[in-house]
This record gives sequence, C-alpha cells and structure tokens, in this order.
Amino acid sequence: MKRSNAPIFWLLFGGGGMLAALFGTMLVFITGIAAPLGWPFGPDLLSYPRVLAFAQNWIGKGFLFAIILLFAWHAAHRIKVTLHDVGIHPGPVAKLACYGSALAVTVVAAASLLSIGF
Amino acid sequence: MNARAGVRRPYVRSMQGWWRRDPFFMAYMAREMTAFAVAIYAVVLAVGVMRLAQGEAAWNGWLAALRSPGSILLHLVLLVSFAVHAKSWFEIMPKTMPMMFVGGRRVEASTITRTGWIATLVVSVLMFALTWWWKK
Amino acid sequence: MPESKRIEIQVLRYRPEQEDVPVWQSYYVPFTDDMSVLQGLQHIKDDIDGTLSFRWSCRMAICGSCGMMVNGIPKLSCQTFLRDLLPGPVRVEALSHFPIERDLVVSVEPFVKKLESVKPYIIPKKPRSLDQGEYLQTPEQLEQFEQFSSCINCMLCYAACPQFGLTPDFIGPGVLALAHRYNADSRDGGQAERMEIMSTEEGVWDCSAVGYCSEVCPKHVDPANAVNQNKVNSAKDYFLRFLSPKGASK
Repeated sequence: MKRSNAPIFWLLFGGGGMLAALFGTMLVFITGIAAPLGWPFGPDLLSYPRVLAFAQNWIGKGFLFAIILLFAWHAAHRIKVTLHDVGIHPGPVAKLACYGSALAVTVVAAASLLSIGF
Repeated sequence: MNARAGVRRPYVRSMQGWWRRDPFFMAYMAREMTAFAVAIYAVVLAVGVMRLAQGEAAWNGWLAALRSPGSILLHLVLLVSFAVHAKSWFEIMPKTMPMMFVGGRRVEASTITRTGWIATLVVSVLMFALTWWWKK
Repeated sequence: MPESKRIEIQVLRYRPEQEDVPVWQSYYVPFTDDMSVLQGLQHIKDDIDGTLSFRWSCRMAICGSCGMMVNGIPKLSCQTFLRDLLPGPVRVEALSHFPIERDLVVSVEPFVKKLESVKPYIIPKKPRSLDQGEYLQTPEQLEQFEQFSSCINCMLCYAACPQFGLTPDFIGPGVLALAHRYNADSRDGGQAERMEIMSTEEGVWDCSAVGYCSEVCPKHVDPANAVNQNKVNSAKDYFLRFLSPKGASK
C-alpha cells in the first residue's frame, strides 16, 4: 500500500483552520461590515494610503499573505473532502479543481503583494 | 432445510443521503460547509490585494463594491459561517491531540475546547484594539 | 394476571435464497421492563419465527457480537432496552456500511483482515528473555494506552463511520484504535511497522474527523482520538523520514 501525500494538504488545512478560527470572525467583521459601514472605526479605515502602507510593511504583507494562502488551502482541502462525502466527482478531477483554485488564489495574492513593493 | 440456504449473496446498501439520516451527520455537514465561506473570503481578500496593487482608482472601486448591500449581506453570512467554523473547530481539536497531563491529572477535551474559544475571544479583542489604534 | 404489554419490533430481513432485496417484517413481542432488544429477538426466534438470524453471545456487552442498528443508531442489542424505546415500533437492521449476509448478520471478514494487518500485539523493542523478568510500567504509562485496549471489536464504530461506508477499504476507527493501543504501549517497538499501514490513504487519511465513532463506542475507547492523533504522527513521519532513515518506515 502506498504512502499518502495527504500530510502536506492536511497541515495546510490545519494551519488555515486554526487561523480562521482565531482571526476569521473578527477579520470578516472589520473588513466586510465595520469598514464599509463606517462604524465603529469611521469611514476612512481602509483608505488607499493607509492600506498601502500596511501592505508595504513586511509584517502587514506577511499577515495578508498568510491569511489568504492558508484560508484558501484550508477551504480547498475541506471542499475536496466534502465533494467526496456527497459523491460528486470523486478522484483526480476534484483534487485538481480544489487545489488548483487554491494555487491560483495564492499566485494572485503573491504577485499583487510583491508588486506593491516595500 | 432449504437446499439453497448455502447461497451467499451479500447485499450492499446505498450510501445516498447518508448525512440526512442522523442529526450528528447534519451537524458535521454544517461544519464542513463553512469551508465555502473561508474560500469566498480568501477570494475577496485576494481580489482586494490585487486591486490595491492596481492603484488608487482600482482600490476605491473595490471599496465601493464592499459598500454595496449585496456585499454587506454576504459578509453577514460569512460572519455567521466563520463563527460556526470557530466553534466546531475547537470542538474537534481535542481529538487531534495526544493525552495531556497537568499536575498529574488528565486534561479533559472540554478544557481544550474552552481554551480555544477563550483564545479566539482574546485575539478578537486584540484585533479590535489594534484596528482602533490604527485608524488614528 | 395482568395482560402482558406488547411492543412491535420491525426487523430488516434478508434471505439471499428467497429475495433480491431486504424487506421489513413486523413482530409483536411480549415485553417486560427488564428486556433488552436482544431478548426481544431471542423471543422472536424461539417462539415466533425460527428463521430469524442474528449474532449474540455474552448478553453483557463484552463479547461484541450483537451489534446492530436500533432505530438508526449503532447499538449492542444486549445493552439496549425496550423500555427506552417505547412506544415503538423498534426498527432493527444489520450494522450500517457492511454488506448483509442474512437478516442481521453482516460480513466480518474484511474487518478481521484489517485487524491482522496492523499487528495487534506487542512487538518488543529488543528481544527479551524470561530471566530478565517482567516489564515495569508506571500508572501514567498504563494510562497512555489503557482506554484503547477496551475495544471489544463490536464494529459499531464502523457502522457509525460514513467514510467507511463511502470507502470500504478504509482501515477504520476500531482497527486504528487498536493499532494505537500497541503504539502507545511503552513495551512496544512496532511503531514504524504499523506506520506503513497508518500512513496510507486507507490508513488514517481516509478519516475526516466526523467523530461519530467515539459517540457510539460502548466501551468509550474514543477511536476518533486514536485516528486523528495519528494524523500528526503520520505527518511527522512523512516529513522527518529523510532525517532518520533508521527509525522511519519506508
């Protein structure tokens, strides 16, 4: 019987899941509800100069990249398992679709964050 | 005795709709479904940094999209989903850990779960405070 | 004499020589407060319908023979009481996720083969002679594996596990818990050999942490913990194998 390569994806799944559990709820609130509604942080929380400075700072850049990367790979792994659970497209097609999407998101985020510069 | 009683013809039952057969499985599915929220939010953030890299006009366009009622509604759904994720994550987390002993006594799974929820609360408060400080 | 109460027990029958598809059959069984589902089935077989087939032995939840689905939940029928299922009907079916051989009897052989494959016995770290005396273990060393040694091979956890239902080649919760019982024993040195099975897709990696196995286990073995703990061990083995060729598995 062949050794599985699952550990790679499972560790990414675990890291992303932990990050999502600890940070996700508040992050969604801040970026998706508080900032657009202008409450309670005011209307300029996510103004271009402020966010640019955050993303150019290596801590901010690292944080953004870690969140996007780990959330994407966490979701990809779990969705792949769920597809298997409900009997939809099992096998390599599901793997390619799920992990391929995560890879695409990773590349877009990496390229964007790098091009923003320091 | 029935002469054909020696016939073996094992019957395999269908797994279709298995998760609808028990509330435990439905809760499992609800937990697994939270992955879609995590995926959607990752894409939202990825598009965000892409727009950021494309310059101020693109960024402001993305901010405007965030302000739309559709986006607010989506993020409310995502918020609930992430909360379900956090709750269910720490419920299952003790299962991945080896036996732990503190002061000679076994650490219960419920203790580990509660520690996770408390950590989430602390991190959330810290993030809120940091954001408050950042906006100045 | 008061008229005895009766309870309806519906059993999913399957006789391969006379039907292609299982069929429900109802029986009305006289009932007293102390009766288990197993006793109900025994009454059916003794006094109503001798063709009903089911496994049982100890009647006290230690042999693991009488596992079946009672109202959709995997249970030991000797440990499930009719008084808790009133007013009925009580629906009894063979353990889920296993092929039905006849009535409430399922195919057990694949489970046994899987159990054999994980070498469920102490593999000593070094050869040991009788005059070296017994192994010594502290209470904490015992606690590391004791709960996993409670497994009675009843297979309720397999009936609970949807991943086993979807992928019958999955080694499964019970066998992986038993593999862990030996891995966690300080007397044992067989971790690397067992890791060869545990690190395959059919080993720990088919598990998606549903956790229902631990809910239904009549002996509180917590197989979910055994399996998921070993995902960490398998991941360690996967990445650290390049550093330690002697200790790691192939």
